[in-house]
Amino acid sequence: MPDMVSIGQPQQRQFNPYSENGGTILAIAGANFSVIAGDTRQSEGYNIQTRYAPKVFRLTDKAVLAVNGFAADGSMFVKKVKQRLEWYRHAHAKDMPLRAIARLIQTMLYSRRFFPYYVYNILGGIEEDGSGAVYSFDPVGSYERESCRAAGAAQSLVQPFLDNQIYFKNQRPPPGTSNPTHLPLHEVLSLVIDSFTSATERHIEVGDGLEIFVVLAKGSTTQGLENFANVQEMTQTREGERMFNIRRNLKRD
Amino acid sequence: MDHFPTNWGRPRNDAFDAYGTYPIAQRPYNGLKDAFAEGVQHTQQPIVTGTSVLAIKYKDGVMMAADNLASYGSLARFKDVQRLHPVGTNTVVGAGGDMSDFQYIQSLLDGLMIEEFTEQDGHSLGPAEIHEYLSQVMYGRRSQINPLWNALLVGGFKEGKRFLAYVDLLGTTYSASTLATGYGAYIAQPLLRKAVEGNEDKLTEEEAMQILEANLKVLYYRDARSLNKFQIAKITAAGVSITESKSMDTTWSFAEGIRGYGSQTQ
Amino acid sequence: MFRNTYDSDNTVFSPQGRLHQVEYALEAVKQGSAAVGLRSKTHSILLALKRSSGELASYQQKMFRIDDHVGIAIAGLTSDARVLSNFMRQQAMSSKMVFNRPIPVNRLVSSIADKAQVNTQEYGRRPYGVGFLVIGQDQSGPHLYEFSPSGSAYEYYAMSIGARSQSAKTYLEKYYESFDDCSLEELITHGLHALRETLQQDKALNVNNTSIGILGPASQHETSVPSGGGFRILEGEILQPFLDTMVPKETSAAPATTSSDDDVQMQE
Repeated sequence: MPDMVSIGQPQQRQFNPYSENGGTILAIAGANFSVIAGDTRQSEGYNIQTRYAPKVFRLTDKAVLAVNGFAADGSMFVKKVKQRLEWYRHAHAKDMPLRAIARLIQTMLYSRRFFPYYVYNILGGIEEDGSGAVYSFDPVGSYERESCRAAGAAQSLVQPFLDNQIYFKNQRPPPGTSNPTHLPLHEVLSLVIDSFTSATERHIEVGDGLEIFVVLAKGSTTQGLENFANVQEMTQTREGERMFNIRRNLKRD
Repeated sequence: MDHFPTNWGRPRNDAFDAYGTYPIAQRPYNGLKDAFAEGVQHTQQPIVTGTSVLAIKYKDGVMMAADNLASYGSLARFKDVQRLHPVGTNTVVGAGGDMSDFQYIQSLLDGLMIEEFTEQDGHSLGPAEIHEYLSQVMYGRRSQINPLWNALLVGGFKEGKRFLAYVDLLGTTYSASTLATGYGAYIAQPLLRKAVEGNEDKLTEEEAMQILEANLKVLYYRDARSLNKFQIAKITAAGVSITESKSMDTTWSFAEGIRGYGSQTQ
Repeated sequence: MFRNTYDSDNTVFSPQGRLHQVEYALEAVKQGSAAVGLRSKTHSILLALKRSSGELASYQQKMFRIDDHVGIAIAGLTSDARVLSNFMRQQAMSSKMVFNRPIPVNRLVSSIADKAQVNTQEYGRRPYGVGFLVIGQDQSGPHLYEFSPSGSAYEYYAMSIGARSQSAKTYLEKYYESFDDCSLEELITHGLHALRETLQQDKALNVNNTSIGILGPASQHETSVPSGGGFRILEGEILQPFLDTMVPKETSAAPATTSSDDDVQMQE
């Protein structure tokens, strides 16, 4: 960015191949489910480019990927991941397991170590052992499995809230009890919705719409999911994991 | 994300474009400067540029508008340039930014449509396919750090469906019922949203035309790189039609009394 | 087949105007076990007979998924088929990458036909030793194509390739006019009847030696079908309900699904 002093002198403009398109994503793993969510606003600077640009994508019946950062890199990255999964399907006649997708993503990100995809990825879904899982990545591929993660514009607002509500950080359990290791689905969904409504209030780049994906492990019940409005089942096969999509409005200002 | 806490919550310093010479404003960059920046020869900057393109969805399809000016910096260099390009029978591509890059894109698209036509098998490229193709071209070029310096709108109507989407020199894409590039994104977009959002299925052709002309007028009053000579394209079930160049009546007498507009020196 | 003067180089015509190497390649297709393809207004299907080299060996793969909207059955050299099907998958994926559009089926088939043609004309190459039946679905509905090593590709209502495929063809020629309005189950029954014709005397179709590839909405016997009725291959136990619909050979002259007895001559 040239400073005001340099006006009048010939200036070199460098093409900056990156931009930052705002928004926030979030994923929480339960014992036998996983919830992955993102807002749908896409912005650049103070401009809202569109109020609906999805950041969360279904990869397989048991894996969902949320991408945040530079939108062009994001959509290209998702496209490439989907291609690799298609080749895996051709070769093995089944979907790639979640932990393998996680390692695939790390390899794909690191292969662009010196011209990175400017994208923060969060992968959510069900592991082969039936447990809910969340993997989070940095733009060059460092990753780990976690119980919950927020990324993007309002990461600094949401993550501390999750640390407190999911990991019970700075909370002491009532005498004689202990904090639960996993929360039930309806509580997780409330936390997700609250996170985004609050982030919308406090961050200009968050808002417009909320898109939540829920993946349920094989054989688990819907756990009160049917009580939510705008729930749509996206499951492709009748046996196995089930996937749902919930859409809600967020404030548009 | 900017990890430097003292930058948090501060206004972005993205407003710098002192002479408004470039229709695409400098993008926000709050990070560190590349230490080797001095040693690298950079690709380019736009030379002959077009300003805003506007587009909206309406009842029968999509309508798009752009003026006929191609500027050379602050010089109004070419005043009869068509910035709306029909592609096949269902699509129009409108461009702001570098006009030579846009001409290259036009030749790419024309070649593509000829190839598709020669297949003669009943399949054709619609607006969605053309937008995807352009996104790949634009993103591919930005990845070679050799961008096509444009912001493009792709509008179309095929098989009963309206299509309207954006792609720019970074490969960034999005879609909405109203879109505007360049200064239009700042000045016209709020007005377009107010007029169109929620009314996409109600607006008639006349109303859509009125909305776009009103916005072009606003832009002509405020954007120094715009021209009161423009064309409007509509894409409906009947195909593509682009108007002849036309202009609107404007009033400048009020300027006399306003410092900065008139001839006052003080 | 006899050796003669003009058969060692595929770029040399015989005095009769024939390319012997290309014709030998067509023979290679006939060595492979049979595959049958049929098409209705709503579905296109493939059926193939899998061979195994012995009791202890597994059955050879006869079908490949190319994309959600395209699948193939092969007869001939499996290794050549893998090369070509890989190429088809790449083409399909590049269409998705560049235009976000499923590749039109006719273009996909033409692309491999063009590849095969090059091998019949250029010095130092050999033709592919494999034939395909390709089923696909696009804006213009379901399709069935035959691809052969000579570099030709034609569209059909019904077709068979591979060993003893003429017997299957005879069956198909008899009934093809009724296929258009068939349900998926009826279409599969016809396909199985046609495929059965290619078997040797003492053999029968069973869940181990049969593959069925389907494009179009799910059948009542299927459980997990990709949304939109994308290509899937049925193998193993799930085939039993379909095999059960076959009319035993002796009486199969008038199968339950159709009453047409007319012998209709189909263009070769």
